[in-house]
Formats: sequence, C-alpha cells, structure tokens
Amino acid sequence: MNVLLDHLDLFRDGFIGTVSLTAASALLALVLGVLIAGFRVSPVPPLRAFGTLWVTLLRNTPLTLLFLVAFFVLPQIVFPGISSYVLGVLALGFYTSSFVCEAVRSGISTVPLGQAEAARSLGMTFVQTLRMVVLPQATRTVLPPLSSIIIALTKNSAIAGAFNNPELFSVQKVLSDKGFNVMVIFIWVALAYLVLVFLISGLFRLLERRLEVAR
Amino acid sequence: MSSVLFDTPGPKARLRNRIYAVIGSAALVALVAFVIYRLAAKGQLDGAMWDIFNYAGVRNSIVNGLVSTLTAFAMAGVLSLLLAALLAVARLSEHRAVSWVATSVIELFRAVPLLITIYVLWVGFFTSEPLWAVVIGLTLYNGAVQAEVLRAGILAVPKGQSEAAYALGMNKTQVMTTVLIPQAVRSMMPTIISQLVVTLKDTSLGFVITYEELLYAGRQMASTILVDGENPYVPVVLVFGAIYVAMCLALSGLANWIERRGRRAKTGIKVAEAAPVTPDMGAGA
Repeated sequence: MNVLLDHLDLFRDGFIGTVSLTAASALLALVLGVLIAGFRVSPVPPLRAFGTLWVTLLRNTPLTLLFLVAFFVLPQIVFPGISSYVLGVLALGFYTSSFVCEAVRSGISTVPLGQAEAARSLGMTFVQTLRMVVLPQATRTVLPPLSSIIIALTKNSAIAGAFNNPELFSVQKVLSDKGFNVMVIFIWVALAYLVLVFLISGLFRLLERRLEVAR
Repeated sequence: MSSVLFDTPGPKARLRNRIYAVIGSAALVALVAFVIYRLAAKGQLDGAMWDIFNYAGVRNSIVNGLVSTLTAFAMAGVLSLLLAALLAVARLSEHRAVSWVATSVIELFRAVPLLITIYVLWVGFFTSEPLWAVVIGLTLYNGAVQAEVLRAGILAVPKGQSEAAYALGMNKTQVMTTVLIPQAVRSMMPTIISQLVVTLKDTSLGFVITYEELLYAGRQMASTILVDGENPYVPVVLVFGAIYVAMCLALSGLANWIERRGRRAKTGIKVAEAAPVTPDMGAGA
C-alpha cells in the first residue's frame, strides 16, 4: 500500500500516459483502418493490392519489430528528433490499423446484399454507397471485435513503455529498479490495467446498446 | 470484376477506375521512391551495408537467434496448450471454488499486458534465466487465451454427444477427455493455430528482458556493427522482418489449410473460421 501512496504521482502519470497513448493510437488506427478497408473493397486494383499488402505485412510482424522500425529507421527517412510519444503512437496505430481493417471488412460483408444493391440502383457511386449506406450499418457488427482490438491496443501500449514513454510499464520498471518488491508493484499495475480494460469494455457495451435496433 | 458494392464498370467507369489506378500507383511509387532516396542518401542501401550478411559471425548470430526464438516458441506453445486444457476444464467444473479460481486466473492474465508479466517474472524469479521468464510469461498469457478458445469449443459440441456418453455410463472425466475435448480441439484447430502465431510473434518481447532471441540478435547486430560510420539498421530490419513474416505466414497457412480440410469432412461439427479469430488475441501484446 505504501508504495502506491508514496508514488501516487508516478502512478497517476503512468496511468494518464497509458490512456493517452491508447487514445491517440486508437484514433490513428480507426482512421487508417477504415480507409484501408475501403481500399480493400474498392474497384481499383492497385488500391486493393496495397490494402492486402498492408494487412498481411503488419499483421505478421511482431509489434516490437515495428517499434524498432519507428525508432531507428523512420527518423532516417523523414527527419531525426521526433518525440518518442509520436513514434510510439505511429507504431501502435499502424499495427492496430491492420486489425481494425479486417474487422471493418468483415463487418461490411455482414450488411445484407439488398442494401448495397438498393444504393446502387439509386445511382450512388462506390464511395457514396460505402459511406452513406454500408458503413453506418456495418458499425453495429464491427463494435464487438473493435472493443477487443482496443483492449489489446491498451495492453500493447506497454511496449511503448520499454521505448522511453512514461506509462504503466515504465512505472513498474522505475519502481522495481528502485528496489521495491516487484510483486507489490505488479498488483497495483495489474489493477490499473484491469480498471482500464473494464472501462473500455463497459464503454463499448454502452455504445452497442445505444446502436442496437430491434429486428 | 464486380461486387455488391459497385456495378460492373461500363466504359466511363472503366476509364475513371484506370485513372484512379494510375494516380494510386503513382502515389505509391512516389512514396517508395522517396523512402529509397532518403535511405540511399543515408548510405543504408550501399552494397557494403548489405555485405555484413556474408560474414559467418553475422550468419551464426542470426541462426542462434532463430533457434532461441523457436525454442521459446516450442516450449511456450506446448505448455500453454496444456495449461489451457487444464484451465478450460477447471472453468467448466461443477465445483464452484475450482471454476472461480480458474476464471480469475484467466481474467487476470488476459487483462495484464504480457510484457509486464514477463518483466515481473524476470525481475522477481528468473533474473539469470530470461528464457524461463519468457516461456512462463507466454504460457500464462496464451494459456489463458487458449483456455477461452477451448471452452468455446467444448460448449459448441452438440449436447447429444455428452448425453450419449453419460448414457453409456462414462464418468465425467471420461466424457471430457474422450468425447468433448477431442471434438473441441478439432473444431477450434484453426483458432488455436492463429493464437500460436501470436505466441510466435510475442516471443519477440524477450527482447526487452535481454533474452537473446531473434529480435535481440538483430538489435545487437544493428547497434554494434558499423559500416562507414553508420549502423546498418535498414538491412537488419528488412532481413529480420522478412524472417518473422515468413514464419508467421507459414503457420497461418497451416491454419487455413486445416480449416479447408475440415470443411471437407462430414462429421457435422463445423470447423471455426481461421484468420482473424477474436482480435483480442490477434493483437495480443
């Protein structure tokens, strides 16, 4: 108990760090994921190929390797001196976007065929069909997998802690380097993650209930 | 080429699609060209940079890293499946206490990032043997996840199966081990293998606790070798990335193959779909 009370500000910063890393990379992953899912179902072959390549590559690479790319290769391509927060968000966001893309794509295929057919027969273009008819209806089926993707993202953000970002894993690391009992810190850090996980799944359950329709 | 989302393109649409295709490809090519240009400017693509892979020492350390990664993966894979079977059965147990314990173990280790579990095991118990920290950490996390997969499989076996087994006079252990689990494993095989792919990827977390697996070898190589005053980050990342992607694709290929084979069989028990599983695992820490 003392460890927690004595280092309350450290724990608070760690908690906020994890939340902000998760939120920023979730946003990036959602935008990229939906965009790439659109690419993957589009009528333009090069875009489809790009989407497939993106998903295959990112899903089969360990996140730690992506972090290495972000921290050692990316600064050479653009410019050095990007903050480790931005690099961490990029690695997490890109990695997660491939899972979001697959969730959205399978959501798209659960929308009844008649919907897209009706949209087309009204003369809507591909983008209009997707944006105004199919995607809004896919949202409902995408939410449950999305919830587990975001939870996984929260846990993955721990890796950013190993790369110079203040968050819960680095709290664990700093305090055990100071010689406090590992297990005691572990219990508090685990509790923080449990709270986060329950919050996220609660939030998504709320969203699901709001979007539910009686069929 | 057509789908529900767009009409079979007519002459106008074909032209438009072709224009988009050209613009899209041009943008991609430009991006790739920019990356190559910048990397070449930094000397990352010089022949000398890539020449490092011709040295026996470098090759040896790649092979050693690969062997350590595969060792950790094999041990963690087997142990996590054993733990999963145990936890799944325990969670389905009729004894309230047993099932409560199993449930809390599963929930705890699924909620805590694998990296933290591994780190705590390393600092607290296996400071000198990071291999065991990695293996036990992976076993706990993946055991918890696979237990849920197995439990879903067991619950999906038609009720008539266990009823028939009980009617034949089998006891609970016999019903579970000879009737339910074999069918559950069969129907969940693709999901189990997809989770094994995650296990394989997650061995790379050993990197953080100085377990000398593939990624660690790569990091060592990239930061210790100097070619013309530059570290060969790009060649190393490309080579090691390719190794990881190849290993994971081979395993996922196996999952898809089993799924396709399963669809051919006519036992009436559906084989779960392979690829994305519950992405909770897909993106496992």
